Amino acid sequence: MNARLLPYLLILPVTLFLCVFFLYPFLLVSKQAFTQGAGFTLENFRDVASHWKFPISLKNTLLLAAVVVPVQLALALLMATMVNRMEKGRDLVLYVWTIPLGISDLAAGIIWLAIFEQSGFLNSMMTGLGLAEQPMNFLSYQSPLMVFTAIALAEIWRATAIMLVILVAGIGLIPKEYYEAAEVFGASPWQRFLRVTLPLLRPSLQTALILRVVLAFEVFAVVAALGGTLFPVLMGEIYSYQFDLQNSNGAAALALVVLGISIAFTLVILRVLRVPKGATI
Amino acid sequence: MTFHTKLAGVAAGLAIQCAAVAAQADVLFWSTQARPVEEAQAMRETVLSGFDGGVDYQPNEDGPWLTRLQAELQAGQGTIQVLGALHGNFSAMNPDDLVDLGDLGIASASGTFNSLAQLGTDQLQYIPWMQASYIMAASKEALEYLPEGADIDALTYDELIAWTANVEEATGEKKFGFPAGPKGLKHRFFQGYLYPSYTDGVVRTFASPEAVTAWEKFRELWSHTNPASTNFSFMQEQLLSGDAWIVFDHTSRLAQAFNERPDDFVAFPAPAGPTGRGFMPVLAGVAIPRTAPDMDAAKALIAYMMEPETQIATLRATNFFPVVDVELPDDLPPSVKASGDAVAKMSGAADANPGLLPAGLGDKGGDFNRVFVDTFERIILAGQPIERVLEDQKETLAEIMEETGAPCWAPDAPSEGACPVE
Amino acid sequence: MTDVTADAVAPDARRAGRIVYGATVVFLCAWVLVPLYFLLINTLSSPQAVNAFPKSFIPAFDLGSLTFFANFSGMLNALKNSVIVAAMTMVMSIVIGAPAGYALSRFDFRGKELFRLLILLTRAFPLPLLALPLAVLFIRTGLDDTAFGLALVHTTLAIPFAVLITYSLFSGIPIELEEAAWTLGCTRLTAFTKVVLPLILPGITASAIFAFVISWNEVFAAAVLTIENRTLTAFLLQTLGEAPLHLKFAGGFILVVPALIFIFAVRKYLFAMWGIANR
Repeated sequence: MNARLLPYLLILPVTLFLCVFFLYPFLLVSKQAFTQGAGFTLENFRDVASHWKFPISLKNTLLLAAVVVPVQLALALLMATMVNRMEKGRDLVLYVWTIPLGISDLAAGIIWLAIFEQSGFLNSMMTGLGLAEQPMNFLSYQSPLMVFTAIALAEIWRATAIMLVILVAGIGLIPKEYYEAAEVFGASPWQRFLRVTLPLLRPSLQTALILRVVLAFEVFAVVAALGGTLFPVLMGEIYSYQFDLQNSNGAAALALVVLGISIAFTLVILRVLRVPKGATI
Repeated sequence: MTFHTKLAGVAAGLAIQCAAVAAQADVLFWSTQARPVEEAQAMRETVLSGFDGGVDYQPNEDGPWLTRLQAELQAGQGTIQVLGALHGNFSAMNPDDLVDLGDLGIASASGTFNSLAQLGTDQLQYIPWMQASYIMAASKEALEYLPEGADIDALTYDELIAWTANVEEATGEKKFGFPAGPKGLKHRFFQGYLYPSYTDGVVRTFASPEAVTAWEKFRELWSHTNPASTNFSFMQEQLLSGDAWIVFDHTSRLAQAFNERPDDFVAFPAPAGPTGRGFMPVLAGVAIPRTAPDMDAAKALIAYMMEPETQIATLRATNFFPVVDVELPDDLPPSVKASGDAVAKMSGAADANPGLLPAGLGDKGGDFNRVFVDTFERIILAGQPIERVLEDQKETLAEIMEETGAPCWAPDAPSEGACPVE
Repeated sequence: MTDVTADAVAPDARRAGRIVYGATVVFLCAWVLVPLYFLLINTLSSPQAVNAFPKSFIPAFDLGSLTFFANFSGMLNALKNSVIVAAMTMVMSIVIGAPAGYALSRFDFRGKELFRLLILLTRAFPLPLLALPLAVLFIRTGLDDTAFGLALVHTTLAIPFAVLITYSLFSGIPIELEEAAWTLGCTRLTAFTKVVLPLILPGITASAIFAFVISWNEVFAAAVLTIENRTLTAFLLQTLGEAPLHLKFAGGFILVVPALIFIFAVRKYLFAMWGIANR
């Protein structure tokens, strides 16, 4: 077969599929972002960007991603390397660590609200142990930092597994010989991690990071459950435009803004973690 | 695909009963009401089971409800037969998309509701289906802290504030609960309760000096409010857990508390301000979209929904009261009795100042609500100065009114043309 | 002298290291499991206990909330639909996505970056906005209210995962391995099926699991695109937000369990990766 045509043939099914089920509706929706009544306009973007909640929700979304994603990356790397050198019980431990994969964000919101609410499990535990005299109000508008921490913890709990699975699969592909060679040269475990694992893990790291960052900008259900109205995020504002205000032009415009941010971050990650063709292992 | 077929075979055996019900051409009842699983189940089992021909009752959140409906309207064909939703959902729709129901010869007992249901056209766009209101409820533990001389059935806002302050002083906790969460109905409190009670208006008086007083009072009340209120959307939960002792909410969002522990809670009318005891109804209706595949079946279902027995069954299932004249039986659930009494006292009070639902706003209903929610969030949560926020928001409100040309509704004085923001 | 001290320190340090290691593993397992245990407690509590304070940390085994759902009409049917849709999503996303993952890892071609971006865009745009035009399309073409139609939408959501995961898997396999096979007389196709495929098969299962879980947990499209053939998630979860607390927890629990069982059932494939690493 012609080697020049082969790649196109291979991506053809996905491309066709996405054209029909993503690109077509996407273009219809994006068109709304640039129209109001009849003609072309940027008015929708101006409208959504000038609303007083826009800067706040933008800041919140970025801040949450900036805190959550690095922690998740570190945690997932730690878990993946730990699993890698585990001799006994590896299956079980990995299964436990990947459990949150199966839990939807709505369910995760319900679970974490049960922990942090005033009559929730955390307060029950603290009063039970005598750490607090009476239940504390964790999710109050007076303690935005606590609300933020609760949301971040819930997000870290829920979505680290996605990165873990990708990294575990990636680490599994690194040949043992590299580690053995490194050991022969007297490299410490930390050096082996820095010099062998990290560079060879680049493709998986890239994938994991991009997916996680893109999904972090879409965060909504957990935030709404824990933060209530205190912590507006962009995705919540999109829903509010679409369904509460029935302003689909505004919703589309805001969604495009989110999309733009996602693309920008994706390009940065692609650039920083460039993967050589065909890998060099 | 062998996996799929094998599995389908196994599951089909188990699911034959369920499938048999769904496979017939049931009338699809697409609703935004009675969503909580228990209510939905009660709608299916007790309310709709008596309808010949079978009903597929599907409650949805507003998002999917609207998306599906719009898709069917755009595609020009559909499966939805009957829509059940709030007045606000219908008023945001294009009038041409709803079938004129005038020829059914059915209407509610309230002339006000019937004219609301025309949505500014000369046709009956939906049929009023059931009604509710917002009331106050309290845990009996809170009653001993009522300020001296205060009558719980005729509270003023000042007395409410004093009461919540007493509770805080005695328990060290802020025990007033307000549904300010993402799904909470806080905007209705401002539109139908606070503003009418202090300014005798909603739109005209939005930025009046009286409105400034109203917000000052609310800020005072908020200082005794459980700070987690921004997470509360269904006050029955906080009543039951004891996180809040005195609350304001929709009657059906308090029902579980009364039904689970009827002896522990009391329901009572909303408080009064200088210009009376403002309160507001909640009105849900049933309608038929123009894409309904079987008009006759849809109309038959609507007629069935309006029968007195169905209306009473609906009351039991959802805590929404009938809109037709019915004789209420004695064996109603505790929640219905409690909230029914409170609403009766509220509307029968000498200083009652009933408001109407916003009308004529079309698809700007959401923007209208947002004005009040934004005002609340800026003044109370962000701590911005009241006058400045009201001046700001006033412009947004005026734009909405001018764009829609909606005339004033009670308690605002009637207007010629769009309701002015003074 | 130095040798002696080094020898004396090393076992201690190693033991300390092992303890830290073990403790970390236990801590991380608890971190995942404890919140789930709370969900279990609340599921098995009476409505009064769910609202009580302080909470009990031992489940009361009150089956009231679960029984409510057991009697809920249409649950089995919805469960069946969920499984069918998820299975179709799994198959479709792999069959369609894996070739693209291979192409991305092995070839440089014009438009490659654009293609990757298109793939990612699908996850960077909220589905609830896309649902309307899709629903119109489906109603017009008769795909509306079918398991297949919904599976198509879920496949759209799962494809980025399928493509990117298979891409990183293929990237991890040295191209020299394939080249060696070619020199030994394999065609591109046979080299692929005989050398590469066995190596990445377990990894492909991993992305299939993603597809399954994504489909299983998706609410919005399911609520809009299915009427008679509701999936369990659309059936339960979307009305769950407003249910009384005890039912909220029980419903959440019912949704979590099948996903857990599924992951448990396929965990062997998910992590059979180590077989390769020992080559």
